[in-house]
Amino acid sequence: MNYINLTKIAINALNRNKFRAVLTMLGIIIGVGSVIGMLSIGEGSKQSIQSEISQMGSNMIFAMPGSMRRGGVMMGNSNAKSLTLKDVAALRKQARNLSMISPQVSTSGQAIRGNKNWPTTIYGVNGEYLDIRKYELEDGRIFTEQEINSLSKVCIVGQTVVENIFGTEVDPVGQTIRYSGIPLKVIGVLKEKGQNGMGMDQDDLILAPYTSVQRRLLAITHIQAIYASAISEDSSDAAIEEIETIIRSQHKLKDGTDDDFEVRSQAEMVSMFTSVSNNMTMLLGAIAGISLLVGGIGIMNIMFVSVTERTKEIGLRMSVGGCGTDILMQFLIEAVILSIIGGIIGILFGLLVSALATNVLSLPFIIMENAILLSFLVCSAIGVFFGWYPARKAANLNPIDAIRHE
Amino acid sequence: MQKTIIEVKDLKKDYHVGEVTVHALRKINMQIKEGDFAAIMGTSGSGKSTMLNILGCLDKPTDGTYLLDGVNMAEMNKKQLAQLRNTKLGFIFQSYNLLPRTTALENVELPLYYNSKVKSKERRERAMHALEQVGLADRYHHMPNQLSGGQQQRVAIARSLVNDPVIILADEATGNLDTRTSYEIMELFQKLNDDGKTIAFVTHEEDIARFMKRNIVFRDGLIKTEMTVDKRHNATQLIAELPVETDIDF
Repeated sequence: MNYINLTKIAINALNRNKFRAVLTMLGIIIGVGSVIGMLSIGEGSKQSIQSEISQMGSNMIFAMPGSMRRGGVMMGNSNAKSLTLKDVAALRKQARNLSMISPQVSTSGQAIRGNKNWPTTIYGVNGEYLDIRKYELEDGRIFTEQEINSLSKVCIVGQTVVENIFGTEVDPVGQTIRYSGIPLKVIGVLKEKGQNGMGMDQDDLILAPYTSVQRRLLAITHIQAIYASAISEDSSDAAIEEIETIIRSQHKLKDGTDDDFEVRSQAEMVSMFTSVSNNMTMLLGAIAGISLLVGGIGIMNIMFVSVTERTKEIGLRMSVGGCGTDILMQFLIEAVILSIIGGIIGILFGLLVSALATNVLSLPFIIMENAILLSFLVCSAIGVFFGWYPARKAANLNPIDAIRHE
Repeated sequence: MQKTIIEVKDLKKDYHVGEVTVHALRKINMQIKEGDFAAIMGTSGSGKSTMLNILGCLDKPTDGTYLLDGVNMAEMNKKQLAQLRNTKLGFIFQSYNLLPRTTALENVELPLYYNSKVKSKERRERAMHALEQVGLADRYHHMPNQLSGGQQQRVAIARSLVNDPVIILADEATGNLDTRTSYEIMELFQKLNDDGKTIAFVTHEEDIARFMKRNIVFRDGLIKTEMTVDKRHNATQLIAELPVETDIDF
């Protein structure tokens, strides 16, 4: 049998029933559209989280005091005082995979200026901290080595702090604020950074020399964390190992004892959040996949009805020389055409939906070639699969019964 | 000696309805020769429709042989039967059976779509030619619902002619039409027969049967009488004699 003729027959048959054809396609359009839309939104949010995490710092690695064991008793993390400035000095001297290192001590309190005040966190750091955490100065300067050594009462303020205690009219640089009773001179203002991936305001902070915070505000000798940058993304793992080795030897830990500190990297956080959002994407994709399946069942349903409704037509076609295979092929081609056209419209629809959704949710708009290819193949397969059964039913009709069908 | 188109020997057809066996055809022997114009007559339940289904290769006999144009139908499989219908037979039905929302021309083309030897240009030409033969060449682009019953039946006749069949099988082809239109259709059949077409025409109306050359009367699954029509009606003449009607032509 001539497939060109059969295709023409199938196209003519669809043409005669445009409305039914469109209804049939609707299921596939929505199915394919939602698969593409959902996967694209999922991928967009994944990339958005990744980029937000990468905004947190440049190849950032941080070490925190870890749980310690004292005679079999586990001590909590928060009270541990295992990290010191000596560790920072050792890292600075020995580590080859680190480009920048800063200690961090922090406390929270009330920043006060005149009649305005604002609760915020003050971080005691050095000048490299800004680069490690990807903060930029909008105005002013960072601390000098000399200011750090002399426990200077200077600070750099974030935009949220500026808004709340300076307002828009006053230039903060050169002004003095009070923090926990200590006057601090503002020497710089940070550029706005916005919220991080977890919704925390990254502009609600004050940076001061770590020495000042450590001694003047907290009166402690240890530090609370070490922040560092690996020289490159690839050396991140090597850098973590290096930090562990150096600090272990600093702390004189024997082989077999647990670390009394923890090292985490930005890369780890990325992979953690990525796996979370991957699960999310898969969930969305699965839901969309179900609607694709329902669309396929819709095709089968309408093809079934159409076989019954067109029994007489089938009988006529058989009486003028169509054999069972011809009828089967005609219905199959109709189903495949419907699902392919439905698939193409669905792809456009999905792209439109994801473009709109990503725009509204301010996510990056990502065209996923794989999802498009996959859903297109799936919907063609659905067309063949769900078209097959009704088509077989049509092909097996007895010509006399079919032609006499009323 | 004329060529034998249809030769039926000791043909039987039984239907099983539950435990009851219905003998639709008991023992049929008949021949239709080239150029014949035979009426297959009988009351409802006489077996004439079953006979037509078997002649049309839509149904298989229980027993006996049926040779169509020298081909033994019993030896054919489903696909070959479809091919036989496509190349050797032309069907005309009581209810026209045109595809809705499809032009007259495309309806006539339909059988040729199932013949892969016919290219699309030839298909169009042959369909146009068939429409000319039934006098509807100027209506080729009309949809069935834009045509009168008589015109729809003409399209169906054109469709049965398009594959140049060895025999045309008509099933109550005038059953849905008024007298004048029936006569016009019979006029067309007579003309086709004069041009050499072999026609088997199932009908229960005796006045319609009198347009044909031969009447074969079925009764209870057997052929009761088989006779040559002596005072054969001439459709052209009869139409002229019909009382003049006010022409309501849409």
